[in-house]
Amino acid sequence: MKNVSERIRVEGHIIDSLTLSKVLDRIMELGGQFVIEKVQVGQRQEETSSAVLKVSAETQVVLDGIIRRLRDLGAEVLDQGDARLARAPKDGVFPERFYATTNLETWVRGQGRWIKVDHAEMDCGIRVDLRRRLAEAVRFAAVKRGEWFVIGHQGVKVTPLQRPRETEVFEFMTSEASTEKPKIALIHKIAREIKRIRAGRRGKILLVAGPAVVHAGAREDLAWLIAHGYVDVLFAGNALATHDLEAAMFGTSLGLSLKSGGITHGGHEHHLRAINRVRGVGSIQKAIQKGWIRDGICYSLVKHKVPFVLAGSIRDDGPLPETITDVMKAQEVMRRHLPGVQLALLLATTLHAVATGNLLPGSVRTVCVDMNPSSVVKLNDRGTLQSVGFVTDVGYFLRELRRALALGT
Amino acid sequence: MRVLMCPPTHFRIAYEINAWMDRRRQPDSRLAQLQWDRLVVTLRSLGARIELIQPNPRQPDMVFTANAGLIRGQRFIPSNFRYQERRGERRYFVRYFHQRGYQVTPISPGSSFEGEGDVLPYRDLLFAGFRQRSDIRSHQGLGQLLPQRVISLELVDPKFYHLDTCFLPLDSRSVLFYPGAFDRYGQRAIREFVANPIPVTREEALRFVCNGVVLRKTILMNQPSRRLIQLLKQLSYRVQDTPTSEFLKAGGSCKCLVLTLSKPPSSI
Repeated sequence: MKNVSERIRVEGHIIDSLTLSKVLDRIMELGGQFVIEKVQVGQRQEETSSAVLKVSAETQVVLDGIIRRLRDLGAEVLDQGDARLARAPKDGVFPERFYATTNLETWVRGQGRWIKVDHAEMDCGIRVDLRRRLAEAVRFAAVKRGEWFVIGHQGVKVTPLQRPRETEVFEFMTSEASTEKPKIALIHKIAREIKRIRAGRRGKILLVAGPAVVHAGAREDLAWLIAHGYVDVLFAGNALATHDLEAAMFGTSLGLSLKSGGITHGGHEHHLRAINRVRGVGSIQKAIQKGWIRDGICYSLVKHKVPFVLAGSIRDDGPLPETITDVMKAQEVMRRHLPGVQLALLLATTLHAVATGNLLPGSVRTVCVDMNPSSVVKLNDRGTLQSVGFVTDVGYFLRELRRALALGT
Repeated sequence: MRVLMCPPTHFRIAYEINAWMDRRRQPDSRLAQLQWDRLVVTLRSLGARIELIQPNPRQPDMVFTANAGLIRGQRFIPSNFRYQERRGERRYFVRYFHQRGYQVTPISPGSSFEGEGDVLPYRDLLFAGFRQRSDIRSHQGLGQLLPQRVISLELVDPKFYHLDTCFLPLDSRSVLFYPGAFDRYGQRAIREFVANPIPVTREEALRFVCNGVVLRKTILMNQPSRRLIQLLKQLSYRVQDTPTSEFLKAGGSCKCLVLTLSKPPSSI
């Protein structure tokens, strides 16, 4: 059987009218499958017959299309029971036994019909508005007292992810992290995937990066990617921006010369001075206007008007004016950038990669690059079939990715 | 044969609910009245008894009495019209039959059903059309209510939106039908149960030759082709050309103007 199914009953003179044959043919033609669970044939000619079928399809959308067509032929969907609902007892608190979401496409049955849950996100509750036929994944902070939430599992179904057909890179390298894989070939495939998304204007590319991008000397490569339109939105922390700005102003990263690798005089203070200057003028953009910053990641983001979100953490210096220090607010801002994201590149940052991973629907393809295998494994454990892990140096990855994109693989 | 008819006093194209209706192409009222009168005279001359229901100015399509419902014995099963525009007709027909002692039996509330427009008896069967106007669920209700097999036929061409626009039982062997109005399952079911299914061409079908009235060995139809007249003559039928050009503008012809009150000859 395929992934999603419904039980239906057809009744009437369905054998003489060939209605049953037509129902079975339609299911096949529309890409579904069936199992005949029961057929009752009328004993006398004028007696009606009935049949109960289990109809299944790959996706809810396909199944709905089949069911709609079968309804025209008189099929009746056998009631599975609506989802059970309970009210939230307080703001910020789900009712007891609330259904906790996964990052997969989810449907809730209300008043006999399936309603798609908006904003598939893991670790949320499902808020249901039956009057407006709306269901939405909602996290703790957004719960309002008295709202209705799904409890238990009845009347909830989840569409498992399909292995993507067109992008074999995600097909043969899914959910495994290894240092042994032929990286260069994979990087070329990812470049092709990026170009495909770009060419079709099909969706957005999200890049999440840690400060190691700067330390590893891949600052220019990332700036190049941004400048060439391969990044639609960037998520990072205070550190990535700080080190990038330090490099732009002082040519160092945490005081080490990016050119010679040597210690520079007073270098350990460079990043603080960079932060201080930007705080002094109020924003990175103003610092760029002052002419203090002429290259790098932040420069490229601002110049090409690519949106970015800097989420703060407890060990931040400064922080930069753009850094959002309220983590719930940062989550909210990140979430606003997610609709339309088709590919997420998570580069050398466990903290921000996990935070982003939790917000992403399971259908978004992810590429995770980290020197540390455990980071990559953690990300790929999100239950998605569509992630590729690289245990490698992010400098190497970005350099090769840039080369592959420039070559026009 | 007893039939119910409604004078075309208020007949006009007041709305568009099928592929034929176009408010810019109004019927000529005088010609419509003339055509209707001629149909009445012809039916009477062939021995039919005609009963009349009073027309209503707000229900211009009441003239098509075949869609009022279905009569089986002393039972009247009123239509649940698909379109709002015609739903107002129901109470007049229900009152009419109720006053005359018929048992009024509604079926399948919530599913549309358009009476004799979509249900035609053939031998001990009922052929029933669905999808364009009637809902197949109404056939399930019909099958439970009546001791007859209901053969459901899906109508796939919006020009032939009722079964009686593309399917005409002549007798216990022969049925005139337009194959293009049915899908392959419907065509197969027809050939399965009808000994002599006679296909008509699209051109003939578009003149509504299948929307005829059969009285013993005479068939009244709008503009029969020479081919059809010859062919039916071999089955010893006389075809009486009965022009209905004005009613065709609303997607109806002879049969639509007539609701059968007694059993039609084919089932006797």
